[in-house]
Amino acid sequence: MTQSPQAPSGADLPRLPVTLSVNGETHELTIDPRVTLLDTLREHLHLTGTKKGCDHGQCGACTVLLDGQRVLSCLTLAVMHDGQSVTTVEGLGTPDHLHPLQDAFVRHDGYQCGYCTPGQLCSSVGTLDEIARGVPSHVTADLDAVTFSAEELRERLSGNICRCAAYPNIIAAVTEVHAAGDGA
Amino acid sequence: MKFEQASPPNPIDQERVVTRPFTRIEGPLKVSGQAPYAYEYGLPEAPTYGFVLGAGIAHGRVTRIDTTQAEAAPGVLLVLTHENMPAQARSDTPVPQQREASPQLSGPEIRHYHQAVAFVVAETFEQARAAANLIEVEYEVTPGQFTLADTVDSGKEPKDAVDSVVGDFESAFADAAATVDLTFTTPDQSQAPMEPHATIAQWDGDQLTVHTAHQVVHWVRRGLALTLNVPQKDVRVVAAFIGGGFGTKLLFFSDAVLSAAAARLLGRPVKTTLHRPLIFNNTSHRAATIQRVRLGADPDGTLHAVGHDTWTGNLPGGDSEPACEQTKYLYGGEHRQIRTRQSELDLPPGASMRAPGEAVGMLALEGAMDELAEKLGLDPVELRLRNDVQFDPEKGPKRPFSSRRLAAALRTGAKAFGWDDRPRAPRERQDGEWYVGYGVASAFRTNLVMPSGATVRLNPGGTLTVETQMTDIGTGSYTVLAQVAAEMLGLDLNQVEVKLGDSDFPQASGSGGSWGANSSSAGVYAACDELRRDLAQKAGYQSANAVFRGGKVWQGAECTELSELAGKGGVEATARMTYGDLTEQFMQAGFGAHFVEVGVNAHTGEVRVRRALSVVAAGRILNPVTARSQCLGGMTMGIGSALMEALHVDHDLGLFVNHDLGEYHVPVHADIPDLDVLFLDELDDQSSPLRAKGVGELGISGVGAAVANAVYNASGVRVRDFPITLDKILAGWDD
Repeated sequence: MTQSPQAPSGADLPRLPVTLSVNGETHELTIDPRVTLLDTLREHLHLTGTKKGCDHGQCGACTVLLDGQRVLSCLTLAVMHDGQSVTTVEGLGTPDHLHPLQDAFVRHDGYQCGYCTPGQLCSSVGTLDEIARGVPSHVTADLDAVTFSAEELRERLSGNICRCAAYPNIIAAVTEVHAAGDGA
Repeated sequence: MKFEQASPPNPIDQERVVTRPFTRIEGPLKVSGQAPYAYEYGLPEAPTYGFVLGAGIAHGRVTRIDTTQAEAAPGVLLVLTHENMPAQARSDTPVPQQREASPQLSGPEIRHYHQAVAFVVAETFEQARAAANLIEVEYEVTPGQFTLADTVDSGKEPKDAVDSVVGDFESAFADAAATVDLTFTTPDQSQAPMEPHATIAQWDGDQLTVHTAHQVVHWVRRGLALTLNVPQKDVRVVAAFIGGGFGTKLLFFSDAVLSAAAARLLGRPVKTTLHRPLIFNNTSHRAATIQRVRLGADPDGTLHAVGHDTWTGNLPGGDSEPACEQTKYLYGGEHRQIRTRQSELDLPPGASMRAPGEAVGMLALEGAMDELAEKLGLDPVELRLRNDVQFDPEKGPKRPFSSRRLAAALRTGAKAFGWDDRPRAPRERQDGEWYVGYGVASAFRTNLVMPSGATVRLNPGGTLTVETQMTDIGTGSYTVLAQVAAEMLGLDLNQVEVKLGDSDFPQASGSGGSWGANSSSAGVYAACDELRRDLAQKAGYQSANAVFRGGKVWQGAECTELSELAGKGGVEATARMTYGDLTEQFMQAGFGAHFVEVGVNAHTGEVRVRRALSVVAAGRILNPVTARSQCLGGMTMGIGSALMEALHVDHDLGLFVNHDLGEYHVPVHADIPDLDVLFLDELDDQSSPLRAKGVGELGISGVGAAVANAVYNASGVRVRDFPITLDKILAGWDD
């Protein structure tokens, strides 16, 4: 049996320019077009808060906000996002000035090992915004009246796996922040 | 310090800081993305990137490997195969080890699918990945054994799960008024922590530093040093933050060995993460089991015959999945026959996953208890209460349990859950299109203790620093150890800093087998005990009378500020806790009870967990926030084991085919309702000065059985072939 070469030739690829605004700071990069948005953040901009759990869109650990909407940064290439704005977990808040959701995650123990946490947080920010904008989900009963519920949260956050299984605590944290009206 | 008799009163008993619900002290770092995991350390020079190529066959040998194209690819610095791998130590087994030599690329033989066959290092990750795909490998495939059921006759008694045979089981079983004789199967399962195995290796002359995702720092340090033939003192391991482990990071794999070897050849740092689809077959998993449980009882439910046989398999030299272990201790009965048999398989290496043994053994034992209760017409809670026993049933009353609150957990849980309101027969209760059922199971997990050390330093200014090799894999070590130190020295929690996971610190228990919190806390206790004596002496007090409170040490009405005693240089103490034979004199275990309500869809057979309660008695609960989270994690993984988790074996090709997180299903948000946890008051004087026992694995042990029993109560279908997927329920309704 033979395990054969799978990629096209290893010929060097041209690097391409891309300008990204990350957490409000503009970065002009010249980058290998194969570099994902995730690896751009982690390996090129040294923003390692965004995590690589699977690198192919199955775990949610790499979730960031791209122009305000949540995306899996492992499934998109940096060069596709010239001129766009990215918010990562580092852009939500810092240890001394936590975002209300970050603060609620600490108080509700909405994590254990912490590796999925940046993705859960960015996904939660995106989710609260989607509900506020009336974007329905699989469990929305009335497509014209999207309302917040724990069931909606569980459905919408199901792309963010937590193997430590802080799920009930995450739902409690996000619910509290929603009730206080400061999840944006 | 040696713990060899029941703990006398000690400063932890104040419970001023310990047992209080503090949130995690490292929490703000984790939620803001500032906690560095293994792959995330900044380096003084540009790193290089490693990429592991896994074998495309399960059993055979590499006959030709052509790396020419890969070596010529842009950015490639090195391609390692078995043909040019630097000298390593040998190993007698293809199973990676916890703390022994575990060579990689050591020869052309392929012992399991996705075993590393090549390692590419390049200037960038993208270059390394692309080049790995340019390697051509030719194999000679030889037949392998991939089917556990075909090997049961060749199984041997493993050294890590010895037989427990007492009385005359066969006669007692034959004579029993009521019996069950049931066979259960549990599949291979994957630990699947969210952080993939990852390492950064860098050499400074002969000194190797590895940042790696590992649960026990001194194990990987020893194992890596032995593998690479370098002295342990030349290896520094840093594992300050670990993105989950669940047992798989008790071993070390190709990311660590190959990064270290390549970094030495290149004279540059190498960073490698195992890509997710590789992890399931390349690293470790929990091995499948076939289990036969035979129980024989009086009409009143009193057990006389307790039989449990487990068949499991592994590569030669691998550990067993000791699924019978809990049956040795959980219930009484004078005639016992409990045996594990392990055969050889050519599947990927089996090793520890959360609660090795109990996690899948309880699925069988507690399922069988439920079926016995039904046969006897007894409440399943009552059947368990009638067989509660306060001593090791094999050894007799001379070996009592150090503490055992199984009965209290069952009674408390039954009341809190509303067990009396349960449906008495399958398909009795319906809620819309859902059949509703309740299930119960006991919880049991052996309590383990490990030697552990720490340094504690009273800093100028009166704050305290704790340093220990202990790891925090999400378990709460940072917070719990700060609480223990604060309690011992009479400080507030925010006056204590904790540094973990560095081999420069004193050797510690590490995280595994639920021994972590209790054992590492005992190490910090020992160091604090020594520091207290030094400080009392410095203050001119009798150490036995000294009281540490409010940042001062007191003798009667006299006191001295700790900051004064710290002076300009600070005062430090290093100590280690070791153990006598109390775990021999006493059987030590955590106990509890799980109650679950499920809905089974009357049309599709889909199972949904509607609510669940775990009642846990695990000695002193050092921090109820982190302990509760450990239970939530265990309950969820237990629900996963009951309803969805399974590595599916390709019995022709010898691999786990569903080797990613899209196809290896673990519970997600939508699968898990709000869960309840109740801790019972308990102090275990024989376990350590903390009087605590393990929690993290107790939480999983039994949950899956409670789910399965609830599924039966709802649907009338007994599924003994885990996981309980809807096709099996629909098939049960067809009968």
